[in-house]
Formats: sequence, C-alpha cells, structure tokens
Amino acid sequence: MDINTFTSKRFLVPGLITLILLILLATFPLYLPGYPVILLSSILMYIVITVSWVIFSGPTGYMSLASAAFFGVGIYTAAILGEALPLPIVIGIGGLASFCVALLVGALTLRLRGIYFAIFTFGLVELIKHVLLFWELHVTGTRGRFVIVVDYTTVYYVMLVIFVMTMLTAYFIRRSKFGSALQSIGENEEAAAHTGINVTLVKVITFAISAVFMGAAGAIMATRWTYIDPYIAFNLLISFMPVLMAIFGGMGQLYGPVIGAIIFTYLKEELITRIPELYMIIFGVVLVAVILFLPNGLVGLIQKLWKRVTGEQHENT
Amino acid sequence: MRILEGEGVTKYFGGLAAVSNVDFHVDQGEIAGLIGPNGAGKTTLFNLISAALVLKSGIIRFKGEKITGLKPHQICRMGVARTFQEVKIFANMPVLENVLLGSLFGTSPGMSSADAAREAAGLLEFVGLPAVSATPAKDLTLPNQKRLEVARALATKPELLLLDELMAGLNPTETAEAMELVTRIRDKGITIIMIEHVMKAIMSVCERIMVLHHGEKIAEGTPEEIATSKKVIEVYLGE
Amino acid sequence: MLVTMLDVVIGGLLMGGIYALIAVGLSLQYGVARVLNIAHGEFIMLGAFATWTLYIVFGINPLVSLVIVGPVVFIIGFILHRTLFTRLRTSSASPAAFEGNSLLASFGLLFIIQNVAILIWGSAPSGYTYLAFPVNLGGAIFAANRLVTLGFAVGIGLVFYLFLARTRLGKAIRAAAQDPATAGLMGVNINRVLALCFGLGALMAGFAGLLISMCFSIQATMGLQYTIIAIIVVVLGGLGSIPGSFIGGFILGLIGSIVTYIEPGLSLAAYYVIFILLLLVKPTGIMGKK
Repeated sequence: MDINTFTSKRFLVPGLITLILLILLATFPLYLPGYPVILLSSILMYIVITVSWVIFSGPTGYMSLASAAFFGVGIYTAAILGEALPLPIVIGIGGLASFCVALLVGALTLRLRGIYFAIFTFGLVELIKHVLLFWELHVTGTRGRFVIVVDYTTVYYVMLVIFVMTMLTAYFIRRSKFGSALQSIGENEEAAAHTGINVTLVKVITFAISAVFMGAAGAIMATRWTYIDPYIAFNLLISFMPVLMAIFGGMGQLYGPVIGAIIFTYLKEELITRIPELYMIIFGVVLVAVILFLPNGLVGLIQKLWKRVTGEQHENT
Repeated sequence: MRILEGEGVTKYFGGLAAVSNVDFHVDQGEIAGLIGPNGAGKTTLFNLISAALVLKSGIIRFKGEKITGLKPHQICRMGVARTFQEVKIFANMPVLENVLLGSLFGTSPGMSSADAAREAAGLLEFVGLPAVSATPAKDLTLPNQKRLEVARALATKPELLLLDELMAGLNPTETAEAMELVTRIRDKGITIIMIEHVMKAIMSVCERIMVLHHGEKIAEGTPEEIATSKKVIEVYLGE
Repeated sequence: MLVTMLDVVIGGLLMGGIYALIAVGLSLQYGVARVLNIAHGEFIMLGAFATWTLYIVFGINPLVSLVIVGPVVFIIGFILHRTLFTRLRTSSASPAAFEGNSLLASFGLLFIIQNVAILIWGSAPSGYTYLAFPVNLGGAIFAANRLVTLGFAVGIGLVFYLFLARTRLGKAIRAAAQDPATAGLMGVNINRVLALCFGLGALMAGFAGLLISMCFSIQATMGLQYTIIAIIVVVLGGLGSIPGSFIGGFILGLIGSIVTYIEPGLSLAAYYVIFILLLLVKPTGIMGKK
C-alpha cells in the first residue's frame, strides 16, 4: 500500500515536469521561430548523440570514438536515398544502416580488450572517409553529393521525435535488468560472465542500439547542409563532442549528458563566429581539465557538494 | 556420481606449464579440497573449469557432458559457480543488486524480477548479510564482501561451487563462520571444491583432498592420508 | 618487370622507414608509459611544420634542423607526461582506468594541438623542396630526399637500438617496460623514466615529421592518418614490442607500396583489413607479449 503511493508520487512530479517540457518543446517553433529553432535543433542533435554514446560507453567503460562514423552513415543515407524515398523511411534506414555498421564493428572488436575497441573505433571514421573518397572518385565519378532540402521546422520536429525516442530508450535500458547487466560488465566483466551474463552479446547489442539514433540524427541533419562530401560527413569532431559533453556533465545520471550537451552546443554556436579554431582549443582544454579534476563531471561535483552540505547538517543534529 | 571430472588437463603460460596433465574427479555431494604451495596451479585449474581460461589440451566433463570450449556464462548456467581469490564483486552497485544479477542471469530460463528479488534477499540472509541491501558493495568489510560473492554464486543455482581461498584474510572467528557456511551449503546438496591455505579448515571440512605442485597432481586422498603423506610434507616443508 | 618490382619494393621501404619511426615512438609511449597517445600524429605534424618554418623563414637546412626539432618536441612530450599523464596515473583508480583516461586526455590534446597549428600555419597544404633531384637505382628512379629519409630512419633506429641495449638509461627503460613495480624497487625513478619514454616517443614523431616534410606536402590535418598507421603497426608488431614495431613499420610500408601499385588510394583500407585480420586471428601481433 505505502509502496504504491510512494512510487506514484515519485513519478508524478518528474512526470508532470517532463510533460510540460515536451509541450513547450513541441510548440517552440510557434512562438520563437527562426534562429532559435535552428539552435534548438542543434542542441537536440548533440543531446541525442551524447546520450546515445552514454548508453553504451557510460556503464561499460568501453570508450567508443566512432560516433562520427555512425552520424556520417546517416548523412550519406539521406544523401543517397533522400530523393527516392519519403523522409521518415530515409531516417529509419539511416538508423538501421548505423545499427548494422555498429553490429559489425562490435562483433569484430568487443570480444577483445577495451583498448582495441577504442583504437578501432578511432580509426573507423578515417577509414570510412577514405573508402568513400575512393568510391566516389573511381566508381561513381562524383565528388560529394547533394542532399534534399527540408525546411528547418520539419527538421526540428524530426529531431524532437528522435530526441524523445533516445531519452526513452536510455531510460528504459538503464532501469531494466539489461542495464544492470551493462553496469556489472563495467564493474567487473569477468565476474559478470561468471554470473551467467553473455557479456559479448550484451555489449554488441547495446553498442548497436547506441548507433541507431546517431544515424537517424545524421540523416535528418544532412538536409541542413545541402551539399556533402566525405570530409563534411565524417568529421572527427562529432566523435569528440559527445565525449566532452558526457564527461563534463557526468555519466552517473541521465541528465548529466543532457546538461553537458546543452552547455557546449550553445557555447559552440556562440564561439564559432569568432575564430573556429579557438573554440576547439578551448573545448580540448576543457576535456583534459575535466578528466584531470572532475572525473565524475558536473553532476558528480554537485552531488558531492550536496552530500557534504546535507552530511554536515546531519552531524549537527 | 562423478559430477566433475578432468582428464589430461594442461595449460601453458608461454613456455611454463601452469597445469600439467592433471586428471581429477569430484563426486556429487562431497566437499573436496585443492591445496598446494603458491603457484602450484590451483587457481589456474579453477579458471580452466569455469572457462575463464582456455586449456591447451585435455577434457573436462560436468555431469558427464563435455564443458571444455564453452564460455563462462554457459558453464555458469549449466550449474557451475565460483568465487574468486581477489573478491570480484560489483563494487559500485548495491549489495542486493549484486546477488540479483545472479538470480536473473545465472539460470536459463531466468526468473521474474519479483521472484528474483525475493530469492536474492533470502540468499543474503542465508550467508549472514541481512540489513545492508542498498549499500554499495565496496563499502562492505572484506568478510562481508566474501559472503556477498558466495551469495551471488549461490543465486545462479549451482550444483557445483568452486571456492577460491574463501578464508584468506579472515581472523579465527570469521574462519569458523566461513567453515560453517560451507557445511550449510553442502547440506543444501551443492558439491563444493575449495582451494585453501588454511590447513585446519581444509582438514576438518573436506572429505577428499587433491594436492598440486608445479602444475602436477602429486597426491590425492583423505585428509589423514594427505597429512601423513611424505611427498606432501616434503613439498610444503621444502618451500 | 624487375624495375617495377624494385620500384615497389624500395618505395615500400622508403615509406616503411617513416612508419617504423612513428611506430617505435608510439610503442615507447604505449608499451612503457602505458599511454595510448592518439595525438601522436599531431607531434609528427608539429615536427613537420617546425622544420618547414626553420627552412622557409630562417633558411636552416632540414637535416640540420634534426638537432633543433628533435629536442624541442622531446621536451614538449616530456613536460606533457610529467604534468598531465603522471597526474592521471596517480589519480586513476586502476591501470585500466588510467589507460582509458589517458586515451581520452590525448584525444583532447589532439584537438588542442591541431587547432593551435591551424591558428599558426593555416589549414591549407604547405611544403618546401629540398634534395628533390632524382637518383637512379638499377633503373628505378627515386628522389634523393626520399633515399636520405630512408637512410636517416634506419640510422635513427639503429642509434636508438644501441641506446636501449647498451646504455644504463636504456636498460632502465627496458626494465620499466617489463615490470614497472620491480624496476621502481630497484632504484629506477619510475616517474622520470616514464616521462622520458614518452618524450622519446614524441622525439621519434618529431623526427618522422621532419623527414616527411622533406618528401611530401604537409598540412595541419595530416596527423590523424599517421596516428592510425602507427597504431596498426604497433598492433602488427605486437603491443609493447619495440623491435616488433620497427620491423612492422617496414612490413606495412611494403604492403602499402604493393597496394598502391595495384590500386592507389586504397592503402589505408588495406591497412585496416590487415588490422581486422590481426584482431581476429592474433591480437598479440607478430612479436607480441600480452
């Protein structure tokens, strides 16, 4: 009896807040059209990539540097199929293609030590870029492609849907027994295997799931560029940003990466008008500083401070 | 019935034979001991049984079925569980969740969450860890962490339990409690193999003991036979 | 036919010399200092641009610049390790955590160094000509600068091998590579040795960059490719084996030359295929330990 009222109360307040937030987001273009919508689309995109990244790399500790590869696969899906198929299907295929690539990469490298996985994903972006350059030069004879144009409001709404799906997926994985298994793999993979968990399967599937929304996001964002080539589509920066945002925000809770994504997307948009190289230098310095001094991220820091404050109050009583 | 048997089990690390052509067997329901000086290959043998390592040659059978070549999670689900010398708990996860994972994944098919939670709580009590369910496992004392590891292993419903130096680092009172836990586990019908250095515990609790030295089996028998075996005494005194 | 084969083989050795140097550099940093420095290519780039600046702005002969560029890049690497990575090593919860943290830290460094370089030198390709006259070897024609590069690469490798085998410091490094804990107990100042190794790794990168700048055009974004190649060679030669990395570099260079002969533009893909095959079959590499 008590437990039921407790749990429903626990979900009531956050549930209401989420609902209000969703309504605000859904009606955003109506009261703040133009640049704010485009900025918010970017923010939502980075939230999607960062939260997706955290779905796998957070609990397991396997650092994937392949986010740019999956995003790029989505971009190219839109470029290739954008004129032939309706938009929702293109985006779905973008997600599916990324899923398949991640499945392959995971099957190859997740049976090995984490360091092999990290370096394989690191080089993956460059590899796909080179292969595509070769393909375009020798097979199709094109250099780059044109992407269909979609109005920015549609882009926003699609991005919003992908955002909601990403958050729901991340939330349900985290709270399911699958999420527990993931965490145990990060804690002690050998013990997890001896507790009956098929660690390779869990890792590969989670990695593949984490790629889906990155690919979908890439597919819809491609329409903003109108012209893409392998250099534009496969940019290592898209592998860097989620790492920065997640580590800065803190990976313990779901909202840590969200906060990190919001802060740095906004910063990026503001600073990119000055010298573009400068903001990347700043972000690089921030990443190094956070790894050194704030291993649990902003959220971890706040939690620690909070504990210290409430802990002291406890001692006084 | 021979619940576990191995023939010609061999494992090399580089050029060194960690386990060399070992034949062994364990009968259902007994508590068997595995002793030997440091580096004798005891933990390696456990690792080969649980598939944490792949053997070079030989064969291991569990309940008559060949288990060499399977993955650790498969062997676990078949009914072999183990603890580790360096206690491998899930440090940042709550105590209950550590055991819960065993209940949820350690058998096929798995259990429902509600049943698993009930069972996990029961197992915590069984090993003597009642009121600490939500504490992160890393905050437990060493003896309690060892209890937790045992509870997690039991949650996978094993028929065979491998205990690797359960008593290491325990004081005499804790050692006695651990011995009592071992007998209680055996009374539930679970066969046990124990690696131990605490001779008193092994001699009093085990029915049969196997002695390894430099990867080879040098003696096997009842505690009395082992205690009086010249070979064994040499090996231990010579260290 | 023979001329073509000679062309391919020597061409492969020329590239292989550079690959060998950068792989040895990365192997020092990962095998001993346990830092997988994915900013390694950026140090190569720095060496290349430093040489370019010294030649174009100050008129200093690139081969002379060896004694300037080398120490400068070494010092940068040494300081970086002594400050950043040593601190990470002491504050990381476990060796695995340190590996991950230092990888990510070097990821940050990658972006810092690359963009500082773009700020200073711009992002367009650059270059200079030096020793660009042709040399005839048995019917195959090679540019003199590339032969000089090969000579220097092998020479640097030999000097380094002697350093490791004969000097006290070299033995300390080998001891630290085998077993850091014991080496520390035996009086080896671990922090200094690790930082030295990291610096030496950067030194190799700087040298490689200098040699590359003599033969090819350079660009602020050139580092990434070389980092990946270095990683693949290090895995091929065996993670942690310095001789393995040296030999592996030449092997990969030869393979690249053959692939380029058959189908130019696919060399990186070929390297990756080898990488995948290695990971599947023998992740410990040709001469690898663990």
